[in-house]
Amino acid sequence: MTWVNAVIQGLLLGGQYALIACGLSLTFGVMRIVNLAHGDLAVCGAYLGLVLSSALGVPVWVTLPLLLPAAFGAGVILQTLLFGRALRHGMLAPVLVTFGLSVMIENLLQVAATSDPRGLNGGALALASFRLGSHITVSWLFMTAFLTACAVLSGLQLLLSRTSWGRKVRATADDLDTARLVGIRVRPLFATVAGIAVATAALAGVFIGTIGTFDPLEGANTLIFAFEAVVIGGLGSLWGTLAGGMALGVTQVVVGQVNEAYAVLAAHLLFLAVLAVRPGGLFAGQHAAREAREAPGVLG
Amino acid sequence: MTEGAANALEVTGVAKSYGSLTVLSSVSLVIGPGEAVGIVGPNGAGKTTLLDLLTGTGRCDAGQVRLNGQDVTRLPPPLRARLGLGRTFQVPRPLGDLTVFENALVGAMRAAGLRGRNAYEAAYEALSLAGMAGRANVRAGSLRLLDRKRLELARALATRPQVLLLDEIAGGLSDPETEELIGTIRAVNTSGTTIVWVEHVLRVLTAVATRLVCLADGRVIADGDPAEVLASDEVRAAFLGGGVL
Amino acid sequence: MNPAGPEPLLQVTGLDVFYGDFQALFGVSVSVSAGRVTALVGANGAGKTTLLRTIAGAQGAASGSVRYAGADLTAAPPHQRISRGIVLVPEGRRLFPSLTVEENIQVGAAAAASADWPLDRIYGVFPMIAKRRGQRASTLSGGEQQAVAIARALAAAPSLLLLDEISLGLAPRIVAELYQTLAELRSAGATLVIVEQDLRRAMEASDDLVCLLEGRVALAAPVSAVTRDEVVAAYFGQRSPGAAT
Repeated sequence: MTWVNAVIQGLLLGGQYALIACGLSLTFGVMRIVNLAHGDLAVCGAYLGLVLSSALGVPVWVTLPLLLPAAFGAGVILQTLLFGRALRHGMLAPVLVTFGLSVMIENLLQVAATSDPRGLNGGALALASFRLGSHITVSWLFMTAFLTACAVLSGLQLLLSRTSWGRKVRATADDLDTARLVGIRVRPLFATVAGIAVATAALAGVFIGTIGTFDPLEGANTLIFAFEAVVIGGLGSLWGTLAGGMALGVTQVVVGQVNEAYAVLAAHLLFLAVLAVRPGGLFAGQHAAREAREAPGVLG
Repeated sequence: MTEGAANALEVTGVAKSYGSLTVLSSVSLVIGPGEAVGIVGPNGAGKTTLLDLLTGTGRCDAGQVRLNGQDVTRLPPPLRARLGLGRTFQVPRPLGDLTVFENALVGAMRAAGLRGRNAYEAAYEALSLAGMAGRANVRAGSLRLLDRKRLELARALATRPQVLLLDEIAGGLSDPETEELIGTIRAVNTSGTTIVWVEHVLRVLTAVATRLVCLADGRVIADGDPAEVLASDEVRAAFLGGGVL
Repeated sequence: MNPAGPEPLLQVTGLDVFYGDFQALFGVSVSVSAGRVTALVGANGAGKTTLLRTIAGAQGAASGSVRYAGADLTAAPPHQRISRGIVLVPEGRRLFPSLTVEENIQVGAAAAASADWPLDRIYGVFPMIAKRRGQRASTLSGGEQQAVAIARALAAAPSLLLLDEISLGLAPRIVAELYQTLAELRSAGATLVIVEQDLRRAMEASDDLVCLLEGRVALAAPVSAVTRDEVVAAYFGQRSPGAAT
C-alpha cells in the first residue's frame, strides 16, 4: 500500500508548492512582474524565522506574528523602491532587476549565515504524526503545511472576489490603463499586493525550513517548483496553482518510490508535458486572453 | 498619355472581409501614370485595408490588382516592390542606429534588389528628392518627426517605385512643417512618381492631389476634383452622418 | 460662448499635447459652462480623444492649463480629477472583462466624488443592464456594454461627464436609446461633453459645439448660432463666413 501513502504524501507536498507559488502567481497576474527573487525571499523568511526563534528561544511558529508583518513590509518597500521603478522601463527590466536581487540575496545570506544547511525549530509539531488506516503515516507538519496553503489560498480568493479592494485588484490586472482612468490608485495597490506576495513567500519558507533543511542557495530550487506549479495550474487561477502543486508533488513522490534519482526529473518532465499540450495551464483562468492592450484611438 | 501606355494602378472589384465583417465590398479604381490621387473616408471606410490589398500585405477575397498593366493580385509584397510599388507607413520607424544614408540604402538593396553602385545612387537620389541629402550622415534615431517622415519617404523612394502609396504621412506636424512636407511630396510627384495618398489631414490633399477618391462603407462613393468631392452631399453625409439639420 | 456669464465650469487654455514628438493638440482652448452639453466634433486624427483624455488626466499636456470649478487641475492625476467630478467614458468602452456588470460599476466608484449615485439609482437609469448585473461584462452585447461603461462613470457621481464616441459600432436604435438617457441627464442639469461622429445627432443633443481640425479649434459656438454648413466647412477646413478659426 505504499502507493497510496506516496500519493497522499505527494498531495500534501503539493500544498507546500502551492504556498510558495501563490505569491508568484499574484505578482505576475496583477503586476506582470516575473519575480526571479521569489524563492530567495522565501529562504529569507526561513532565515528570519531562525534568527527570531533562536533569539526568543521559541518554536518558529510563535515568531510568525512578528515575521509575517516584517515580510509584508519588505514587500512594500521592494515594490515601491525597486519593482515599481523597473516597470516604468518596460517589461524586461523587472526580470533583470529581480534576477539581480536574487543574486544579491543569495550572496548576502552566504556572507551573513555561511553555507551550512540549517533547520528551523518546529517544536512538538515537527515530530508529531498520525495514522490513517494501518499503513499510512501522515506527519502533522505536512498536514499543517497543506492546510495552511488551503487557508491562504481561500483567504486570497475571498479577498479578491468579495472585497472592494479585491475588485480593484482584478480590474487592474485586467486593464491597467483603464484602471487608472476610473480612479484606482495603482501604486498603493501594487505595494499591497507585493507585500502579500512576500509574506506568503516567507510563510512558505518557514515551512520549508521546518520540514527540511535550507541554505542560502535553496531559493533557486524553490523558485523552479513555484514557477512550474503556477504554469501547470494556469495563470490567473489560485486554485489552479494548488492543483499544479499537487500534480508536481504526486509525480515527485510516486516516481521517487520507484527510483529516488528520477523523482525530481519526473516532476520537471510533467511540467514540460503540460507546456507542450496545454500551454495555458490546466485551469486557464480569467486572464487567459493576456494580449497586450494598445491604447485605442490615440489619434482621435 | 500615349495610347497603349499601361495604367499605373488598376484595381478591379476588390473585396475583403474579416470573418463576418465586410470591410471592402467592391472597390474599383484606375490611376494613370504620374497622377496624384488622394484617398479619404470616415473611420472604418476601409482605407487601410485597401492599402494592404494594394501592397499585398492582405489578400483580396475577390477582384484584381494590376500594376503597370501586370496582374499582381497573387504576388507577395517583396515582389510587388521589385515591380515598382513603394509604400510608407503611418508611424515612421527608421532604423535608429543606422545613419540616414544607410536607412535609404536598406530600401534600395533589400526592396529593390540593387547592389553596389546602383544601390548607392538610388539611395542618394531618394534622399535628395526627399530633402534629406544634407543630413545623410546623421544618426536616424536622433531625427525630429518631420525628418523621420522624410526619411520614411526616402526609404520608399530608394526602391525606385513608379507608384508610391502614402499612408497618413501628414499627421502631427506644425503648419510650417506641413508646408515643407507638401513641397517635398509635390517634388516627388513632379519627378514622375505616381502618388496614391491615404490621409485624414484634408488640406494637404487639396494642395497636392489633382483627384480625390472617397471611400465609405467599403466602396467608392466619389471620385473626381478634390473641391467638388469634399463639397458633395454624399461625401459630407458619409463623414458627418445623414440628415439635414 | 458665454462671454458675459459666470466663470465656466471647465476652462481649458492653450493645451499642447504630444505623443513623443508627434503633436496632437496645438494650443487648444475650450470652455464648458455648467449645465450645458457640448458636442466635440472633427475628423479622425483631429484630436478629440486626445482632448478628452487630457481633460480627464489620462494624458499629460506639454503646456497649457485645465481649470475646473475654479481649481487648477493641470497636474492632477485621474483619481483627483474624478473626486472633483470629472469622469470620462473612454472610447471603445474599456470594460474590465473578468468583472461582472455590477463589479464594473462598483469599481467606477473607486474615487467617487460623492455617494449621490448608488447602484439603485444607476440601475434606474439603465434598467436594461440591471437584469444582467451578475454576468461577466464581456458576455454583453455592444449596446449593453456601452450602457455599463456609462453606468460605471455615473458611479463616480460626476459633475462633468465626458463621453467619447458612445455610438461607435452600435445599431441606430440602440444609439437612440443611449441618447435618450443622455437627454434625461441633460434635463436633470448635468454638464456633458460628447464626442460624436454623426453631426446631426451631435447638434440635436447639445447646446454648444466645438469643432477640431488637425489638433486646433476650428469652430466654437452655441449650436443655435451656427448652421450645419458652417460646421461642415470648419470640419473640412474650408473657409466659411461666420466661422471662428
